[in-house]
Amino acid sequence: MIRPTDEAELTEAILDAAQRGARLAITGGGSKADMGRPVEAETLSLAGLAGIVDYDPAELVLTVRPGTPLAEVEALVASQGQMLAFEPFDHGPLFGRAAGSATIGGVIAAGAAGSRRLSAGGARDHLLGIHAVSGRGQAFVAGAKVVKNVTGYDLPKLATGSWGRLFALSELTLKVLPRPPMAVTSAIAGLTTEQAVRAMAIAMGSQAEIAAAAHIPASLRDGPALTLFRIEGFAPSVKARGEMLRTVLAAIAPVEPVDMPLAESIWRALRTLDPLPADRPLWRINIPPSGAPGVVAALEPHGAAWLADWAGGLLWIGFAGDPVLVRDAAARAGGHAMLVRAPAEMRAHIPAFHPQPAALAALEERVRRAFDPLGLFETGRF
Amino acid sequence: MSLRMPEPDGATLAKRADIIAALRAIVPGESVIDDADALRPYESDGLTAYRQPPLLVVLPETAQQVSAILAWCHANKVKVVPRGSGTSLSGGALPLEDGVLLGLSRLNRIIDIDYDDRLVVVQPGVTNLAISQAVEERGFYYAPDPSSQIACSIGGNVAENSGGVHCLKYGLTTNNVIGCEIVLMDGEVLRIGGRHLDPAGLDLLGTIVGSEGLLGVVTEVTVRILPRPQAARALLIGFPTVEGAGQCVADVIAAGIIPAGMEMMDRKAIHAAEAYVRVGYPLDVEALLIVELDGAMAECDHLTEEVERIAAANGALSIRCSRDEAERVAFWAGRKAAFPAVGRLAPDYYCMDGTIPRRRLPEVLKRMEQLSDRYGLGVANVFHAGDGNLHPLILYDANVPGELERAEEFGNDILRLCVEVGGVLTGEHGVGVEKRDLMPEMFSETDLAHQQRLKCAFDPELLLNPGKVFPQLHRCAELGRMHVHRGQLPHPELPRF
Repeated sequence: MIRPTDEAELTEAILDAAQRGARLAITGGGSKADMGRPVEAETLSLAGLAGIVDYDPAELVLTVRPGTPLAEVEALVASQGQMLAFEPFDHGPLFGRAAGSATIGGVIAAGAAGSRRLSAGGARDHLLGIHAVSGRGQAFVAGAKVVKNVTGYDLPKLATGSWGRLFALSELTLKVLPRPPMAVTSAIAGLTTEQAVRAMAIAMGSQAEIAAAAHIPASLRDGPALTLFRIEGFAPSVKARGEMLRTVLAAIAPVEPVDMPLAESIWRALRTLDPLPADRPLWRINIPPSGAPGVVAALEPHGAAWLADWAGGLLWIGFAGDPVLVRDAAARAGGHAMLVRAPAEMRAHIPAFHPQPAALAALEERVRRAFDPLGLFETGRF
Repeated sequence: MSLRMPEPDGATLAKRADIIAALRAIVPGESVIDDADALRPYESDGLTAYRQPPLLVVLPETAQQVSAILAWCHANKVKVVPRGSGTSLSGGALPLEDGVLLGLSRLNRIIDIDYDDRLVVVQPGVTNLAISQAVEERGFYYAPDPSSQIACSIGGNVAENSGGVHCLKYGLTTNNVIGCEIVLMDGEVLRIGGRHLDPAGLDLLGTIVGSEGLLGVVTEVTVRILPRPQAARALLIGFPTVEGAGQCVADVIAAGIIPAGMEMMDRKAIHAAEAYVRVGYPLDVEALLIVELDGAMAECDHLTEEVERIAAANGALSIRCSRDEAERVAFWAGRKAAFPAVGRLAPDYYCMDGTIPRRRLPEVLKRMEQLSDRYGLGVANVFHAGDGNLHPLILYDANVPGELERAEEFGNDILRLCVEVGGVLTGEHGVGVEKRDLMPEMFSETDLAHQQRLKCAFDPELLLNPGKVFPQLHRCAELGRMHVHRGQLPHPELPRF
């Protein structure tokens, strides 16, 4: 394992790999190591590039090195009453690892956002600037350390969701936001999938400013299905918007408050996905929310277990059946399906990413080669 | 024009008649404009200091026509400059003498409104405001609101990643667009993103937004819409010092409040605006803040009290809260009229757009005052205070020989100052031709080369909107070289560019 501790060493490591014709698999905390095709490649760990570079709460800007553990970043911003609003998603627990083992660089490279992505934007919307070393062995910067900037191409957007295939991050600047002083969850019990998606659409289209909306079907609970709504903010506002939510959904069903411990356990479950059977392949389907009932109807009869987040726009599916069924259902709904967790033999022949149309795949390939002309970061994992 | 643009290609100029004939085979005859008088309205955009009539103008009505035009120009090595409504303040749509100006104004249909998934699909020539108007009846709106919103097109907004006074809370264009159809320079039509939140692969959409028309021509855009907040209220707060106003802004954010808008004006801008629209701005203050709060009524009530308390603690001389919608609009009227109001102080003004870390504001304003003295030109300041985006307005008279050049030099010094204190050249207006030659102030040659290689992945012949953004466009083959010492390049089978 190559483990540089600063940008100069990182550059040296990449140049050296270029000369040797080696291929590098970039890693941080290793929380996502079991995703994608199993491959043989040298590991380039960014765990040694860790620490906070600059944090100015009043400017809403945080600059960190990529190897900094997510838990450390979240604790730091929480200490100032702030948060990473996209609710960074920690893959560790999906693979039986401790929560908090992911690094901030890994979260950004995976573009991994949690339930609040629905209202606050994703990792892409909160990454302001990067320092990185490309596959050319050259350090470069893009973006900046201010919240509003359109100078030059928005290359930081390419970092989120790049899965380490374009460049190795050496520093990143994130937008941080005030942490809402209050969060209240309420729920409707017993809705069908269609009713739940309908209710979530009405809620999202209301002035209740829903922060997160999710649905857990009865099949995963000791009780009726639960459709959940989280409202965040200052206390008087949270209270008023809770009333608004009850009013707009009155025609569908009563909205009941959910007590804090239960609410916390449910939102946690949407991060760890514990309710889904651990022995089945896990898929992540990204679709327009209105497409959720169609996907569920296509897969449930074949034995799929599922959870819906993002008002239906994100489906987590535990499914042992034919991968073609999953990808077809996602595509028909206008979205895509990522294979997140599966046995190595399945990952060897089912790609993690949903296949793209040929012309788009070709453009992506050209973009990757622009930063990594030798394919140093193309390990074959994706 | 002092600006250096790419040398016109004699061969292209010589075959103008052939180009006109070829494009008239793609679009109806009258959609190709070649008459010198008819070309004049297209010779500049919102940055009127620079003018150049294009080789010709073509106005397609469908994405298929856009694709055919680009494919023909690509095959015949003819440069293309895309244009929306022509409101760019950085010269993003400045024509080229040897380039086809591709106007997208006739692609102006709203294709779909989807309230369940809260999105609208539009063609690029639809104006920003028209999107909000189309969904108004159901209580929705499109959040980014650049000041030119009645005229500017959504295609132009995508090209420039346009902002507005509400973007601290609601984001720029990039945070509100989830899909597009784009035509590459070779005519290939691609769909990027869609109606879902995250892409299946690389976030190419994120790089297309803000690419200033250099990567492709957008022929369809999918935007997210939001329910209009139940209430909105504006506070008008006067301060005896800029420092006091700046501290108030910092304290509001430290209190966990992200206002819908938070604008600051300096004394000169306040006086100019009040003289122009007479909305009752206090004239005995050095800085004026407009703080807009929106959301549920209860939230507005709560936050109004909080902000009033913070303002008082920072020595505010006057605090007024809008009592109704008419008064809220009136409070904004002065700010929104600030540019034309300042325009009455001098024959011409030049609007800058740097962003700084907010804490450096008092220092930056002081040094701007010194620069103002040195250049002998006045400057008025309006400022998106919440996100640190400055709009200094430099006053000059273009009829006085040398004053335009002095104004531009003054502006360049202001932008250098923004970069020096940790900020950037442009917060929302774009680089275009205006800030192109200042890019090395912020980026090294290596940084710029990494940006330009993205351009090469989309448009390797560099035919789309050349002369913008990059101080120097390198040939893509030249940029593609990678030298590896002490040995052979590995993986000879891989393509390199």
